[in-house]
Amino acid sequence: MGKNKKITIALLIAAALIIVVPLFALKGADFGGSDDAGSVMVEEVAGKYEPWFTPVLEQALGGELPGEIESLLFCVQTGIGVGIIAFCMGRFVERKHQESLRNKE
Amino acid sequence: MVKSEKRIIFVAILFAAVFGTGTTASAMHIMEGYLPLGYCIAWGVLSVPFLVAGFIRIKKCLESNRRNITLLAMAGAFIFVISSLKIPSLTGSCSHMTGTGLGAILFGPAPVSLLGIIVLIFQAILLAHGGITTLGANTFSMAIAGPLMSYGIYKLCQKLKVNKLVSVFLAASAGDLFTYCVTSIQLALAHNSSDGVAAAAVKFLGVFAPTQLPLAVLEGILTVLIIMALETYGTQELMEIGFIKKEVNG
Repeated sequence: MGKNKKITIALLIAAALIIVVPLFALKGADFGGSDDAGSVMVEEVAGKYEPWFTPVLEQALGGELPGEIESLLFCVQTGIGVGIIAFCMGRFVERKHQESLRNKE
Repeated sequence: MVKSEKRIIFVAILFAAVFGTGTTASAMHIMEGYLPLGYCIAWGVLSVPFLVAGFIRIKKCLESNRRNITLLAMAGAFIFVISSLKIPSLTGSCSHMTGTGLGAILFGPAPVSLLGIIVLIFQAILLAHGGITTLGANTFSMAIAGPLMSYGIYKLCQKLKVNKLVSVFLAASAGDLFTYCVTSIQLALAHNSSDGVAAAAVKFLGVFAPTQLPLAVLEGILTVLIIMALETYGTQELMEIGFIKKEVNG
């Protein structure tokens, strides 16, 4: 368990560094999405390209999704995922705890 | 496999072969409307056999043991979480990971295709991220090609008796990177001017790869972490799906 704990902590630190370092190393970068960079590249490689289909939600709204709402929906996605993982992990952890209690008796 | 299931897969593959070759497949998330209609259909059709195989595998897996649903749900939820996080990268732009490696390692590549498409539909409809028309192409790259790569790497590492956590790390990162390689090729097939498909693919890869490289490492790390957590607390479940051998830990 001691070894596992060490690995976990080291990995968590590494993960945090990967995310945080670019933010400070590249001050002032706008961090746009690379999917958007892809569509810029399409124009560069193949000349002007008009997307022939607009996203359904944008069509229904008659414009782009407001930025705040987009982040809300991204959060909903994260929330659903975290909720499920946390629920299952919680059950696992408590089960193990109960088992070890029973073994002690 | 039951006979009827074999037949369904056969028909699906036939379906793919007929339609796939008809349009000469000349295609991470490709944006809505950025692939010509022919490519959209071709990639969609190509994905169908995997989705069908995935559906059958999941059904089998749950029939053999209802409790497998816990891990399956967690693998799906992991994709949900991981692919919703846009992470800044060293190139000054953001990208996100795929999260499909975990499911591929635990359940094999086919079931992940079904888990992955759920996320892709969610993002295509609600977030204008990816798209309905490019759903087939995106499914192929993120939910089929990536997981296949992860699964292959993981099995190879097992054969070579590489440490389990290292194998998980390699498999998840390779799957993530491979997803973007396939996306580049998909874009290049549809969008290339005079310089040909290969040159265009290299150009697209030049956009995605440097951004994705640190994120692939991150995905590897996160996948290792959740596998470690599962090995500590969910030993029974991992045994039930055959991820851990019973004799060793039982």
